[in-house]
Amino acid sequence: MLSLKPTLSLTAALMTASLAVEAQTLTIESWRVDDKDLWQNILIPAFNQQHPDIEVRFNPTSPTEYDSSLNARMQAGTAGDLVTCRPFDVSLNLYRQGHLMALDDLPGLDHYQDFAKRAWSTDDGATAFCLPMASVIHGFFYNKEIFSELNLDPPETLDEFHAVLETVKSESRYTPLALGTNDQWEANQIVFTNIGPNFWQGEAGRLALINGEAAFTDAPYVAAWEEMARWSDYMGRGYPSQTYGDSQNLFALGRAAIYPTGSWDTSYFNDQASFEFGAFKPPVAEAGDQCHISDHTDMGIGINPASANPEAAKTFLNWVASADFADLFTNEVTGFFSLSTHPVEVNDPVAAEMISWRDECDSTIRLNAQVMNRGTPNMEQELWIVSSQVLNGDITPEEAAQRIQSGFAQWYEPKSE
Amino acid sequence: MQRAFPWHLIFFLAPAVIIYTVFSAYPLLDTLRLSFFTDSESGERSFAGLSNFVTLLGNAVWSEAFWNAMWNNTQFFLIHLLVQNPIGLGLAALLSLKGLRGARTYRTLIFLPTLLSVVIIGFIWQLILSPLWGVSENFLYALGLGQYFDAWLGKESSALITLSLISVWQFIGIPMMLIYASLLSIPDELLEAAKVDGASPFRIFWRIKVPLILPTLGLVTILTFVGNFNTFELVYAVKGALAGPDYSTDIMGTFFYRTFFGYQSQLGSATMGATVATMMFLVILTGVMAYFYLVQRRLTRYQL
Repeated sequence: MLSLKPTLSLTAALMTASLAVEAQTLTIESWRVDDKDLWQNILIPAFNQQHPDIEVRFNPTSPTEYDSSLNARMQAGTAGDLVTCRPFDVSLNLYRQGHLMALDDLPGLDHYQDFAKRAWSTDDGATAFCLPMASVIHGFFYNKEIFSELNLDPPETLDEFHAVLETVKSESRYTPLALGTNDQWEANQIVFTNIGPNFWQGEAGRLALINGEAAFTDAPYVAAWEEMARWSDYMGRGYPSQTYGDSQNLFALGRAAIYPTGSWDTSYFNDQASFEFGAFKPPVAEAGDQCHISDHTDMGIGINPASANPEAAKTFLNWVASADFADLFTNEVTGFFSLSTHPVEVNDPVAAEMISWRDECDSTIRLNAQVMNRGTPNMEQELWIVSSQVLNGDITPEEAAQRIQSGFAQWYEPKSE
Repeated sequence: MQRAFPWHLIFFLAPAVIIYTVFSAYPLLDTLRLSFFTDSESGERSFAGLSNFVTLLGNAVWSEAFWNAMWNNTQFFLIHLLVQNPIGLGLAALLSLKGLRGARTYRTLIFLPTLLSVVIIGFIWQLILSPLWGVSENFLYALGLGQYFDAWLGKESSALITLSLISVWQFIGIPMMLIYASLLSIPDELLEAAKVDGASPFRIFWRIKVPLILPTLGLVTILTFVGNFNTFELVYAVKGALAGPDYSTDIMGTFFYRTFFGYQSQLGSATMGATVATMMFLVILTGVMAYFYLVQRRLTRYQL
C-alpha cells in the first residue's frame, strides 16, 4: 500500500508526457522502404536539431502496394500526417478526393522551379498540393574495368553504342547488357523512356502526344522500339526469365559490361560492386545532336488534411524546402536529386556525372507520366508489356506502337490548349 | 411432460457458427452486396445495379482480361487434374503396398513441400530454373538433354505450364495423403479373398481398390478445383501481380488483386474488385454444384 502513491503520480506524469509527445508527432507515408535507415539515422535527427519538439516517424510500404494501401488508409482515416506523393495523376486523384491539403500559402514552395512543381499541381497550374522532393535521371552504367580491358570508350552515338555491344559480345565472355524482362517494368521505365527522348525530341514529342498532334505509330516513337528490338542479341542468356534482382547481381558481380538504369541504383552498386563503374547518357543518333534525358520528377511530399498537427506538418515541409535538406538528401540518398533551386554540391562521382547532364541536355519526364495514365487500359502497364515483348522479340515495333495507340485512342480526346 | 429446450446444442454450436458468420459468411455476403455499387470520382458510393457486371463482361478491355484469366485458370486446373491427381493416386498405391521399405520416409518427404510457404517454393524454383544461376541447365546437360533447356518461366508459351507444374510438385502430397488414407481403410479380407480367387495385383487395383476409393477421388477433384480457382500466391510470388509475359500467367486471383487493390498507377476499385470476386464465387459455386448433382449422387458407395 505504501508504494501506491508514488506509482500513481508516476503514471500520471507518464500520461501527461505521452500526451505532450502525441500532440507533436508526425508520421510519414512513403514507398521508399530502402531509405528507412537514412530517414531514421540522418534526416529525422537533422530535423530534430532545429525542431526538437516534433517527433517524426517514417513509415514505408513496399512500392507496388503503396498507392493502393495509402488509398485504403486515407478512406479509413488512418493514414499518416505527411504523404510521399507519386507524380501527376495518382496524387492529383488524392487531392481531388480531399486527401491532400492545398499548399499555396506555404513559403517553402518558392524554392522550386515551375517544371518541378508541375508534377504536383492541378491541371491549370493554380494549386500545388505536394512539395517537390526529388527526381531520378536515367542513363547507363558501365563497368570501367571491362571497358579498359577491351579498350572501349563510353559511346555517344547509337552507332558507337552498337559497336561497343558487338565488341563485348565477340571479344569477351562478358554479357554486353545486364537486362531482363521477367519483371517487365524495366523494359518501359529504364529502357523505353530512357532511350526514347532522343528519338521523340523530349518534351516536344511528349506534348505532341497529349495535344493530339502525334500518335505512337509515328516514326519517332516506333524508332525507339526498333532500337530496343536490336538489343536481344546482347542480353544475357535466358533474359526473358531474368528478374531485376538478377540483372543487378549480374552487373555487380562484374559479369556484364553495361547496365541500363536509373540514378537510384547508384547507392546499390556503391555498396555491392567491387569495381569502378561510370555512367553514360542515352546515345543520340548523330554526333552533335541535341541530347535529351529522362529527368523524372519522382517524389513529392504533401499533408494529409485529416492530420491532427497541420502546423507541425507545415514546419516539416518548410524544412524539406531548405538548403540543408537539399544538401543532405542529394548526398545521403544517393541517386535522388533535389528539385529545389538551392545550389547543391554532389559528392558521389557517378551521381555528379548524371546530374551534370542537366546542363548539356534537355530534360523531360517519363513519356506517359502526365495525363496519359488516366484511362483504362492503363498505359503504364501496357507499356511494360509491349516493351518487354519487343525486347523478347515476340511482337514487332509496329505492333507495339499500334497496341499502345489504339488503347490510348479508346478513351483519350486531345484538348488543344 | 414438456421437454426442456436443448440449450446445450446452442452452447456447442455457437463458437463455430459465430466465427463462421463473422469471418466467412458476412464478408462473403457483403462482397456480393458491394458488387452492385459504384464509387464516384470523389469517393461517394451509390447503387448501380448490374452495371459492374455489364462492364466486366461487355466492355472489351475488361472482358478480354477476364476471359483470359478464366481460361488460364482453367488450364491451371486441368494440369492439376491430369498430372497431380493421377501421380498422387500412383504414389498412394505404391505407398500402401505391403512390405515397402522406407514407406514412412517417402511419405514424409513427398508431403514436406506442402508444408512450406508458397513464397519460398516460388523463390526456390525461380532459382532452380534460372538460366543465370540455376542448376537445371547443367542437370539437363548431364542427362544429354541440354538442348531442350530454355527460360521456361519467361516464355509466353511455357510460363503457365511451368507454374502449374511447380504447384503440382508442391501440393502432390495432399491427394496422395487422402487417397493413401482411404486405401488403408480397405479391409484386408477383401484383398485376401480376391488373391485367393486368383486375381492379379493389377486387377485387384482396378476392380477392387479404385471403385472403393472413388468417393475420395471425387473429393480430391473438387478440392483441387476450389483450391486452383482461389489460388494467387504462386503467380504473385514468381511473376508479380502483372502476371507476365503479356498476362499469360494471369489467373482469377491476380486479376482480382489488380482490380481490387490497384497496381502501380492503376487505381484500385473496391466495387469492381467485388464484382470480380463475385464472379469467382459463382464459378466455384457452379463447379461444386455440378459436381454434387451430376457426379457425387451417382457414385456407388460400398458398405465396408
